[in-house]
Amino acid sequence: MEQLIQQVASGLANGAIYACLALALVMIFVSTDHINFAQGELAMFSAFLCWQFMDWGLTFWLALPVVAFISFLVGVSVERVILRPLHNAPVLSIVVVFIGLLAIFHSMAGSIWGHTIKQFPSPFPNVHFAGSGYIGPHQIGMVVVTLLLLLALFAFFRYTPIGLAMRAAAQNPVSARLVGIRVDMMLALGWGLAAAVGAVAGALVAPVVFLEPNMMASILLYGFAGALVGGISSPGGAVAGGFIVGILENLVAYFGNLLEKSTGIYVVGNGEKLMVALIIVITVLTLKPSGLFGHVTVKRV
Amino acid sequence: MALLEVQGLKAFYGQTQALHDVSFSLEEGGITTLLGANGAGKTTTLRAICAMVRTQGSIRFDGKPIERWSTEDIVRLGVGHVPEGRGTFVNLSVDENLRAAAYTRRDHQAAARDLDMVLTYFPILRQRIKQQAGTLSGGEQQMLAISRALMLRPRLMLLDEPSFGLAPLIVQEIFRIMRRINEEAKVSMLLVEQNAALALDLADHAYVLETGSVVMSGAASVVKSDEAIRKSYLGY
Ligand SMILES: Nc1ncnc2c1ncn2[C@@H]1O[C@H](COP(=O)(O)OP(=O)(O)OP(=O)(O)O)[C@@H](O)[C@H]1O
Ligand SMILES: [Mg+2]
Repeated sequence: MEQLIQQVASGLANGAIYACLALALVMIFVSTDHINFAQGELAMFSAFLCWQFMDWGLTFWLALPVVAFISFLVGVSVERVILRPLHNAPVLSIVVVFIGLLAIFHSMAGSIWGHTIKQFPSPFPNVHFAGSGYIGPHQIGMVVVTLLLLLALFAFFRYTPIGLAMRAAAQNPVSARLVGIRVDMMLALGWGLAAAVGAVAGALVAPVVFLEPNMMASILLYGFAGALVGGISSPGGAVAGGFIVGILENLVAYFGNLLEKSTGIYVVGNGEKLMVALIIVITVLTLKPSGLFGHVTVKRV
Repeated sequence: MALLEVQGLKAFYGQTQALHDVSFSLEEGGITTLLGANGAGKTTTLRAICAMVRTQGSIRFDGKPIERWSTEDIVRLGVGHVPEGRGTFVNLSVDENLRAAAYTRRDHQAAARDLDMVLTYFPILRQRIKQQAGTLSGGEQQMLAISRALMLRPRLMLLDEPSFGLAPLIVQEIFRIMRRINEEAKVSMLLVEQNAALALDLADHAYVLETGSVVMSGAASVVKSDEAIRKSYLGY
């Protein structure tokens, strides 16, 4: 039982990170219908930046907002400089561009900071507290910070005029232009915010997975799975999906181990949890193609 | 000086040319209607004014040449476009639809008064204020589309078939309110309609489009009473 709670708790912590990535993906998807395959590498690059600032003497809590802001600018520039000219390009060319971006950020990080694994100290104090047997301080910190971030984003989109304008622009760009909303600017802003959210996720997960250019590869996959499970068209759903996938992968490993202990038959374990999680994702999508919380959008032409 | 002056306007969808030679002018304070059969180019003319299609020719709004301007800037100049199909933000609430339309306003108090004004014009929208706009009836969505354009506090409103698909009673109500908006809020209007009789009742001036060119124009009262014109151009 104790182990089960432990697994769920750490699943929640990983889920927080997947939720951030999922949200970043959805933020770009809802306004462009594109999946940004480079989202994970951008987050990895941001994590390296954060490490660099800390190496230069900044504290984590100072470095994080600086890096989030720089990542925001990087996101905006990528949209304006690279994707804007491809406005009407076929989907395949855009996919190729995303994969190109992925490779660029990957090799840039490798050539600037090297491919050896770096330690990234946890910004949270290593204290003992009631229940610290179940969940470590860094994991709690991860969950709390991401929840705060998600809450702030929710408030931004729900209650500020510019958040409303961004939602309007994503939903119906033609009508948005007709009420004077600069849709292109909203798009760039969405890219910036997605990159900033990814930066926070990257910096939070770096102490867990360690810092190296490949750190985000599987995390992006989980984030993508979370977005799909929750509903790629629904930001709230994507966040929920991220947490669901996080918990699911740990439960899969937990019950796999349990099964092996009691029957001696090995079915699934840590090695297969990604695969099993993805199978569950595919099952969900087969039964409910729009995701658990998504709604089918009927495109009018 | 005319509020809107269009001269030798051509418009293109990719390679296909939809407007060949459209010229007309519109006086401040009036209601002008643009009539014509399906595919004549009425919608395209309104889109051309708002830079939503590729155009050639001259478009002047309040004396300013705007043919190189972006849609957003033309709108901000005071052109409220009520598009074909209503353009509802279907996943936003009625309230959010209206506030999104006031996004460009910096005079927040006046915008709040305007919100109250449009909800007085269309009381049904006040009742539906928290409802998701996609779930409104066709007539309510048309009212919302007009209200959205009004929230910009426009000098000119472009209305694309506001009667489309609506029951006669609702159409009458919407047209009555359009007249009030024209008189009380001093908004000039360019009204595109299939229903010529209805439009000619409201408008003071009319242009008839045929396959992308203006073929006839005149005072609405004249067009309405001239049987020859009605028979040959308007088919009733
Ligand atoms: N998006 C488009 N792409 C290509 N051609 C178009 C497009 N929209 C309209 N057209 C063409 O342009 C011409 C004028 O169309 P437009 O929509 O302006 O007509 P309309 O007068 O508004 O007709 P209706 O009364 O049916 O709305 C038509 O021949 C139409 O086929
Ligand atoms: Mg039309």
